[in-house]
Parts: sequence; C-alpha cells; structure tokens
Amino acid sequence: MSISSADSNFSNMTDLLRSIISRVYAESPHLLHVLYVLQRQFLHISDEAIREVAAHLDLPTSQVDAVVEFYSFFHKIPRGRYDILFSNCTSCGYLARGVDLMAMLGQQLGIVADNTRGDGLVSMGQTSCIGMCDHGAALLVNGMPIVSLNAAMIARIAALVEAETPLEDWPAGWFQVDDNIRVSGLLLKDDLSAGTGLRAMLTHGAADTLSEIIQSNLRGRGGAGFSTGMKWQLCREAQGAAHYVVCNADEGEPGTFKDRVLLHSYADSLFEGMTVCAFAVGAKQGYLYLRGEYRYLLPHLQSVLARRRELGLLGVDILGQPGFSFDIDIVVGAGAYICGEESALIESLEGKRGIPRVRPPFPVTHGYRGQPTVVNNVETFIAAAHIVLRGSAWFRAVGTEKSAGSKILSISGDFAAPGIYEYPFDVTIWQVLDDCGAKDAQAVQVGGPSGTLINSAEFDRRLGFDDLSTGGSLMIFSQARDLLAVIVNFAHFFAHESCGFCTPCRVGTVLLKNGLDKIAGGHGTRHDLDEMQRLATLVKCRSHCGLGQTAANPILDGLQRFPQAFEQRLVHRDFEPHFDLDAALEEARQISHRDDAAAHIE
Amino acid sequence: MSKIRIATTSLAGCFGCHMSFLDMDERLVVLLEHVEFNRSPFTDIKHCGPCDIGLIEGGVSNVENVHVLREFRDNCKILIAVGACAINGGVPAMRNHFNLRECLEEAYVNGVGVENPQIPNDVELPLLLDKVHPIHDVVRVDYYLPGCPPSADAFLKILGDLLAGKEPSLPHNLLHYD
Amino acid sequence: MSTDTKQNPIAQNTITIDGQEIPFLAGQTIMDAALAAGVYIPHLCHRQGLTPHGSCKLCVVDTGSGSASACTMPAVAGQRISNNTPALNEVRKTITQMLFIEGNHICPSCEKCGDCTLQAMAYHLGMLDGHFPQFFQRREVDASHPTIMLDRDRCILCELCVRASREVDGKNVFAIAGRGINAHLVVNSVSGKLVDSDLETSDMAAHICPVGAILIKEHGYEVPIGQRTFDLHQVSEIGLEKTIPTKVRQPDE
Repeated sequence: MSISSADSNFSNMTDLLRSIISRVYAESPHLLHVLYVLQRQFLHISDEAIREVAAHLDLPTSQVDAVVEFYSFFHKIPRGRYDILFSNCTSCGYLARGVDLMAMLGQQLGIVADNTRGDGLVSMGQTSCIGMCDHGAALLVNGMPIVSLNAAMIARIAALVEAETPLEDWPAGWFQVDDNIRVSGLLLKDDLSAGTGLRAMLTHGAADTLSEIIQSNLRGRGGAGFSTGMKWQLCREAQGAAHYVVCNADEGEPGTFKDRVLLHSYADSLFEGMTVCAFAVGAKQGYLYLRGEYRYLLPHLQSVLARRRELGLLGVDILGQPGFSFDIDIVVGAGAYICGEESALIESLEGKRGIPRVRPPFPVTHGYRGQPTVVNNVETFIAAAHIVLRGSAWFRAVGTEKSAGSKILSISGDFAAPGIYEYPFDVTIWQVLDDCGAKDAQAVQVGGPSGTLINSAEFDRRLGFDDLSTGGSLMIFSQARDLLAVIVNFAHFFAHESCGFCTPCRVGTVLLKNGLDKIAGGHGTRHDLDEMQRLATLVKCRSHCGLGQTAANPILDGLQRFPQAFEQRLVHRDFEPHFDLDAALEEARQISHRDDAAAHIE
Repeated sequence: MSKIRIATTSLAGCFGCHMSFLDMDERLVVLLEHVEFNRSPFTDIKHCGPCDIGLIEGGVSNVENVHVLREFRDNCKILIAVGACAINGGVPAMRNHFNLRECLEEAYVNGVGVENPQIPNDVELPLLLDKVHPIHDVVRVDYYLPGCPPSADAFLKILGDLLAGKEPSLPHNLLHYD
Repeated sequence: MSTDTKQNPIAQNTITIDGQEIPFLAGQTIMDAALAAGVYIPHLCHRQGLTPHGSCKLCVVDTGSGSASACTMPAVAGQRISNNTPALNEVRKTITQMLFIEGNHICPSCEKCGDCTLQAMAYHLGMLDGHFPQFFQRREVDASHPTIMLDRDRCILCELCVRASREVDGKNVFAIAGRGINAHLVVNSVSGKLVDSDLETSDMAAHICPVGAILIKEHGYEVPIGQRTFDLHQVSEIGLEKTIPTKVRQPDE
C-alpha cells in the first residue's frame, strides 16, 4: 500500500468516525451511547475512535480510554460479527443444564472462549448473569438474549453463524423472553392504567403526596431498605440548581430478573412512579439507567415513553398542570455490576467509570452533576405509584410495620417452576419453597451472591428488612447441588466485577477466588481454609462499598453453615504449593523438546 | 548440650546473603560454639541431613531448586526464607515480565554476540519454571529474614533468638528490603 | 453547630482516638483532626491539601458504628475511635501485603528504595514478607518522557498523581483506566505516552508518587544508603509531616 492511499484511508476513517460520533451524540448526548454505536459498527473501539470521541465530546482522552476499558461490553480488540456471550450465572449460565454449552459451541465453531475467530466472523466469551435465570441457560448474541438453550440449539446456532444468517432470520421463538409470573400480589395483580396515579397525585398536591409516601413506610426495594419517603424529602429539601430522579434498572445481582419483567410489562407504572417522585422533589429531568444486558428492552421502553408524552403524562405542563414539567431519558449501561451501586451508577450516567463515590455526601444532596438526586429501584417507583393512587394504609395493610408491603422475588435454581413470585413481607422461606414445589432444598441463597446463604435449619426465617433482606433474588439449591462449586462461581463473579478502587476489594476478591479455586481443585489444606476465613473477614469489614462488603458473604456463610462442602475437598497435608509445579514446566518442555522423567515434577 | 545443626543453600540467588552471613566476622567463632553446619556452601556437604534450622537464599526458578527446597523442608525443623529473592522472587523474578521463550531466545538466540545460536536442552540441565517464585509458594516457611542482603546483625539476631528459644523478631533498624 | 463555628472559629467539638481526646473543627475529617493533633493514622493515598480519596484503606479505623476510612469520614462529636491497636495494625499489614503482591515491587532494584512510603509503611507494620502468592502482573513501562519515568510495576493506584495534576498543577495528566485487578494508570495524551502529555518536572504530579512509579530521570541513587528519608525517619514522622511540610508548589517555582 502506498503512503498516499494509506493517508486517504486514514482520512476516510476519520471522516466516518466523526460523522457517526456527531450523529449519535446529537441524538443522545451520552458517552456510553456513542461508544456503544462505535463498538457495534466497528466491533471494537480503536485508539483513533477514542481520540475522536474525546475531541467531539470535549473530554480528556484518558477519560474515554478509561471508560472503554472499564465496561465489559466495550473492546479495544475486535470482536466477531457474531459476538456471543454466555451467561455464567449458576441459574442461567452455560453450565446450567449440566453440560458445558460454551465448550460445545466453541468446539463446533473452532473457537476458544474469550477469543475472536481468525476470520473475524465470530467471537465467544462469558459474561455475568444476564437475568434470564427463569429460562435456564442463556446467551447474548450481539446483545440479543437467546434463552432456554440446549445442545440441539447450540448445534443450530453454530450452523446459523457459519452460514452468516442475519439474526432477524434466526428462529424468532429463541428470542422470546416470557415473564413467568407465578404468584401475583399487591403490585403485580393489576397494572395501573397510564395517568391514574398522576391524577391522584395532582389532586393531593406535592406535600401530601410526599407525606403519603412517608406514611406508607415504603423502603427501597434494591435491598438496602432506606425509607423512600425520607429519601424524597431529603432531596426535596436539598438546595440545588436542579433536582434529578434516577431509576436504577441496573439489575445485576445474579439470580435477579424481576426488574426485567417489570420493565417489560409494568413500564407505565414505573414511569408513573418516577413522575410522582419528580413532582414531590421538584425535578424536571429523570433518567432510567438500564443495564446493558437488557438493551433488548430499549425499543419497548422508548415506545412507552413516547406514548406517555403523547398522552401528556411526560413533557411540559404534565396533565395540564402549569409548571409541572418532567421527562425521562434512558441511559444504557455496558456491562458492569458495580453500576448498581447508586453512586457508581451516577458516575456512569456522567460518562465516567462506575466507581462508587465517597459517602457522605449522599446523592440526595450531591448526586447527578452534584445536584440533589433520588435514586430508586424499579420496584420502589412502581410501589410509589400504587401508593399515591391507593393510599398509604392500603400499602401498610400488607407485610409488617418495619417491612410494609410486598416483595417481588425472582426465584430460580433447582426446581420446576422458576419465575416471579410476589409475597407480602414476613413470608417464611418454607412457604416460598412450598409454593415453588422445591422439595429437596439443601440451601437457599437469599438476595443473590451478595446476600445470605442459609441452610434447611433456617427455612423458618422470614423475608423482611429485620431478618432476611433481599433485592429480589432467591436461588434454591437442591441436595444434589455442589455448593462449593456455587461459592466458587460467586467468588469469580465478584473478582470480575470489583471496580478496583479500594485495595481490600481489588486484591482481596482475586485472592479469595484463587484460594477457593485451589480448594475446589483438591489442593487446599486446613491452613488455606483458615486463610480464606481471615481474608474474607477483612474484605467484608474493610472495603469501600457494598460490593466489597458483601463479596465475601458466600464464603463466610458457606464456612459457617456448610463447612463439610469445603472440608471434604481438603488434602490432609501440611502444605500444598500455590501453583501447579508440573504445569509450570510445560513451556520449558516444549522449548527444549524434553519429556524425560527429570522434565517433570510430582 | 549438642550443637544446633544448620543447613544453608542458595537457589535462584546470588550468594550475597551467604556473603553477608560471613560478615559476622569474629562473631562467627562465638556462633560456632553453639551451631554446626550441615549441607551448605560453607561445608560442601551435598545433601541435607536432619537439621534444626534451614536457611534458604534465592527464589525458585527451576526443577533443581524445587528438589533442593523440598529436601530442606523435609529435613529442617525450622525453615527460614532469607533475603529478597527467597521472599518475593527478587531480581531473578524480573524475568516474569517475559515468557520463558522470550527470555531464552534473547539469551541464546538473538542476543548480541551469540555464536551457534540454540536454546540448550541437555538432559543434565534442570528445566526452568515458567516463572520465578518465592519459596513460600512451594513449601511452608516458618520465618522470614528480609534484606538484599540481610545484614550480619540481622542473621545474628534471628539465630540468637532461636538459640535462646525465643520467637524471632527484627528491630526496626534491622528491617529493610534492600 | 455550623453557624456557631462561623461566628466563633474557636468553637470546637472533640473526638477520642485510642482514648485521647482530640478537638476538631466543623468540616474536618477524622484524619484532619488526628494530624492536627499530632496523632498518626497510617495512610498512603492521603496528602493534606488534596481531595481525600479513601482508596488505599491503610487509614481504616473503628468508630463506634463500624469501620471507616479516617481520611474521608467526617469527624463527629463524641466519636470514639480505635486506631493504633494490634488488630487494626494487623489489618493494615495485610492490606500492605496486598499492595506488594499485586504489583511488582522489587525493592533492591528500585531507585525509590529508602524513600518509598509503601516500603516504610511495611517496615512500620513489621511486614516481613508478602504472604500471599504474587500476581506477577505484566505492566507497561513508559520511558518516553525526556525527564520523567513511569514504571507501572510499582504503581499502587493511590491517585495522588491524578489529583495533584488536576488540583495543584492545573493539568490533567493522569487517570486510572480499567476495572478490578486490571485497573492501571494511564496518561492523558493522544498517544497515551508521557512524552506527549504536558507533564513537566516542576509539576507536583511528577514528585508526589509515594512509590517508585513516577521518577525524575537521572536523579536515582543520589542519596547514599543510610541517609535516605526512611533510613533516618519513621513513616509516622513523615505522615505527620513533621519533617516534610506540605507545600503547594507555586506556578512560578
């Protein structure tokens, strides 16, 4: 290639990048969206693209670079035209059917995990839970979920990829994601018809609406359980140039998929709840932060927003109320569990890496762009919309004093009917297991990997903020389940998702992962187990944010409640090396073409 | 009272720790009233017999290092990692930045002035591990004596504590990594 | 309380650290109050005058209501804080070991040896070994700049250089990219290399590195062993800034 033609190619690429960047940014001024389009179009984000984005958005190159490297769905090395990501969750992961579906596809496509095939046609890898746990094994192909995978489908997928069949021509049924609502309670029984909550709210006025939310004792449904009314009030009272309402739809906790269903079938109630909040706190702008794994829901959500604008439920002078203006923008994440932490979510909304902020100050006073911001879970906003219409007493009548109302659970694992179950708070685990038909449970993971692992002696415990708190995930493990494998899976998850900000979590989650791998691999000693206990306690107590503070829970709970799961794998020796000595000689054996006895170590 | 038996060796190290040990000078004479040396470069005894204390200098770089280290662990009641290389791989571990092939090709194939370029593969040569490791990655280690090298005073302090039946500890002025 | 403080700047509340009563002013963190009172709380990512960061976690203390980073946690009247306890120092030692084994800290070959705060912290906490299996991560060295060297092997991600560049130098030379254990220091320039950044030898960011990750070239090993900072001083003295007062570099310096 001559220098001049290289130059002209370069200039074409630059022009192309610039036109794409300016078009996308004009449509939706968010760094993550610009990067998403570049990733889709070019299958990676090149250094030149990073520079052009930085220039166009007037950001430091290092910030764009940092963001690209932070999120799992952005790549600096090209992915395939078919980019296949298997979930690695214990419920919807590639091992969920008892066979390694990823290895199977890899074999058929001639590709190793975490790689792009030489011809650029296909890349394959794994990703954290994609929220399809009620559907068995699942994957994302170019961001679109395919659920209920089995060996026959894997063979067909390989054939479709090899034939370069466009995704539109793949079997439509594969992409069908059902809601699987098994038990409906307070919130799921009937959807609010668009605008009813808002009309009730306008009748009450902002102050009464807020006091109704306070009186309802509604607490945040993400798991932490802060009083929603108090959060709204603190935000309302906080001084700022603008107030913001943010919905946290970054449902990343493995085993959680209730927000997927709510976004799919109850979006009107959600937007109604956000609008109620905006009215109560005086916000003009709202954001729905949607996890990248749920991007397939974006067209649907946008159509609901568009319809609400047409109906006068969003926009200027909502329902004819002068001065009540509010609109909602959707920002889509790009694969980072940490962005479910509210201050990391705000950082991500601002086009940065999802690093949890130092708190205090809290988002209610210093949130999005440093302004007072309410961040609530999808389910919380929906509950608020119902409360405004039906009153706080209606809500308080269900559940307990401290845990008012209902909890929508995503239940998955080893039983026949995974799906959505809505219960009044205070329900026992026994009751839930009974309704699920889960007869031989040995353990239940309440609240996902970051929650609590309980054994059968504790199944009379109750769901609620006083006892077993959960953001919505319940994973049921039968007697046949290898619990150590589950705990190892969770340890890998946290090491992968740690943001890297603080030392205990950044290094500690990797040490825990490596230590557990050693034990699970049959090379752990009693000393290694004691080390796990000590290290897990340190990571839990000394980490910066909720991720690190909960990352060791499965290990600590496991050691306490299921010690035999670890102990039966221990070798009863004084010491076991920290690495595989013989494997460490493999490279030298290859280089020297030696395979004699002295070229090995036991 | 019988003498405390000590063995010493250098794995992937430079023998600098051994030289520093000898910096005890005339205090060695006093020490030798209480200790005797088994396998060590000081004695030229080739294999380690039952010992009270083993001092290991250097990291684990090849198969032979592993065998020697295991022999020491099997025979020494107390094993002490001596110096930066035994404790974290030290300077030899700087090769861990590169894969083994890159290292060997640089040394034996592409290096300046190499004649008859080839990577040695005689069976007499111990195979290299893909990385240089601290010794506590391979065997249980009882105590650590950091320094590059640890000073003669530091050796004397640790051995003195052990001879006195005390838990060894280094005062701040003897604790350094260089 | 804040109104009182405005009217009367002497109005103070107190906290206790290891039983010692310590005054604080509204807006001060536990670290601010401790340093002002001459009480050392171990720290690596904190420097007076820069925005507190709270990432290294060396300054973890126990307040009545749990663990906190002293450098970011506001002092609150009546707080009873544990700081210099065997249990907390054991936690700090483990965290220091984590920093050692995630990077490639070959002290004998490092020009910062003897002047390195990480190393001095390890001495302070009685660390004899890295304890955990080394990660042996491969990290990039950037020697492109004519007078400044960047060796990421030694970076502990404290972001002192990031903050110094932004907050004191009025530049934006450094940032952290990547996630989790892959987090790493990057340079804000078109090539990603230091030579194309606007970093200058006179910048605070070029000097603030507590370890040997950012070094001024051709000035290694100038001070003989025995006379280097931590040959002569404890990290606690330096941490209290008894010997090196914090000084914000003036633009004309």
